Amino acid sequence: MSALCEIRNLSVTYRGQTVPALNQIDLDIVAGERLAIIGESGSGKSTLARALAGLLPSGARLAGEMRWSSGLPPLPGRDLGFVFQDPSSSLNPVLTIGEQVAEGARRHLRLSWKAAYGGALEMLARVRIPEPDKAMKAFPHQLSGGQRQRVAIAAALAASPGMLIADEATSALDMVVQAEIVSLLDELVREAGMTLIFITHDIALASGFADRVAIFKDGRLVESGLTGLVLSSPKEAYTKTLIASHRDLATPPLIREAAL
Amino acid sequence: MTLLAIENLSKRFSSGGRKVAAVSDISLTLEPGETLGLVGASGSGKSTLARILMRLLPADAGAIRFEDKDWLALSGANLRNRRAKMQMVFQDVLGAFNPRATVASVLDDPLRIHNIVPKAERAREIAALLDRVGLPANYAQRSIREVSGGQRQRIAIARAIATKPSLIVLDEAVSALDVSIRGRILELLVELQEERGISYLFVSHDLAVLRAVSHRIAVMDAGRLTETGPMRQVIENPQSLAAKALIGAVPRLVTEPTEGPSHDV
Repeated sequence: MSALCEIRNLSVTYRGQTVPALNQIDLDIVAGERLAIIGESGSGKSTLARALAGLLPSGARLAGEMRWSSGLPPLPGRDLGFVFQDPSSSLNPVLTIGEQVAEGARRHLRLSWKAAYGGALEMLARVRIPEPDKAMKAFPHQLSGGQRQRVAIAAALAASPGMLIADEATSALDMVVQAEIVSLLDELVREAGMTLIFITHDIALASGFADRVAIFKDGRLVESGLTGLVLSSPKEAYTKTLIASHRDLATPPLIREAAL
Repeated sequence: MTLLAIENLSKRFSSGGRKVAAVSDISLTLEPGETLGLVGASGSGKSTLARILMRLLPADAGAIRFEDKDWLALSGANLRNRRAKMQMVFQDVLGAFNPRATVASVLDDPLRIHNIVPKAERAREIAALLDRVGLPANYAQRSIREVSGGQRQRIAIARAIATKPSLIVLDEAVSALDVSIRGRILELLVELQEERGISYLFVSHDLAVLRAVSHRIAVMDAGRLTETGPMRQVIENPQSLAAKALIGAVPRLVTEPTEGPSHDV
């Protein structure tokens, strides 16, 4: 077990803000693990994702350290793939699906367009886009939200990065598609031995497949640890609240039901 | 007496030269004080159905009876007057409000338009509405943008109940909220229903939310109603593939240390 990145005392303050969005975080990212970053709105979970990817907006002040085992921060696109919540804003509307998936491999792996297109076709098949050869020539608006998110995942993985960050990548999708995309991500990172950072507000969704969880609230790390341990014996009151707020089909309803 | 009866409702859209059936021969009923959950994947037609019901879209065929009147035949002033009885709460509440509005003006509009209370009593009524949804009276002067998402959803509910409706259509009304706030909004909706006998048509893709508040459930898939019945019965013994898929997709909280397909660290 080796740390891919040691985050030490990391704080991020956006331009024009006095309150830090991320406040003195200490966290290790282990190579090859599936780490879920869990928090509600304003918890700082997306700020952490962007700090790791070097995607913070200009003017954001960063204090503390991110020590990467390679000595250098990962290059987005080549060493690190990023999947955003809304694929319709992360995909370019005027480029074909094929161009967008091929572009990363062409640029970072220095492939010819022809070889990159071949790789893109293969990637689209791996993310289970139906009729990948047709999809190569399609534009984003011609696909459903779930299919667009599969394309965004294919594009993020095109250059075979060692690490994938999925920032609420399934939150805009309906539940059936969400379940499919989560199992697809899980399978892809497992096959490739990638590190997955899965940012979510949904503790139950993370509990199904993450190796470790880190719970964030108001810019601070509340607690972190092995998923089973944190969920079966949470130390912090906030983690307990999150677990107690979870509803699934076994949760007693709020209404009185007529006896069947 | 049945509050709402939807009969053989259909709606088709044209898409790229093809006709797509968004809602296909749907029939549903809703009783007073009852919550009907309407669940389906994206594109199943559930929002189209809600929009036809709200008279935001015309139907191609079929009928709707609401409070024993032909709801689709109403127009002009008659429709505006009757709308007081059927209100709606959306997912994106900020998008549903004038961004320059204050909380007071958001609540004043329905009271004025539907002439619910005389002008002199409106401020008191606004305070009472805010109190009913769990917000302090001094929130009235705030801008709608200044309040948090959960508070804004409470204001949307206050606006919906202001006209004393018999039916509220809730379209993904808690989907954008953090889980810790979501539960309290659902509790508020159930309290209001018990107190005032309001019926809800609750449209959502989230079966766990619908499970908490619905007496009956209707499952839609590709524009069709595939299954309907008491909530518990459908969850315990689903008949359609669509219902089974939706049930299977609800994330379960795994609290035991995971075994099985874990990788080597």
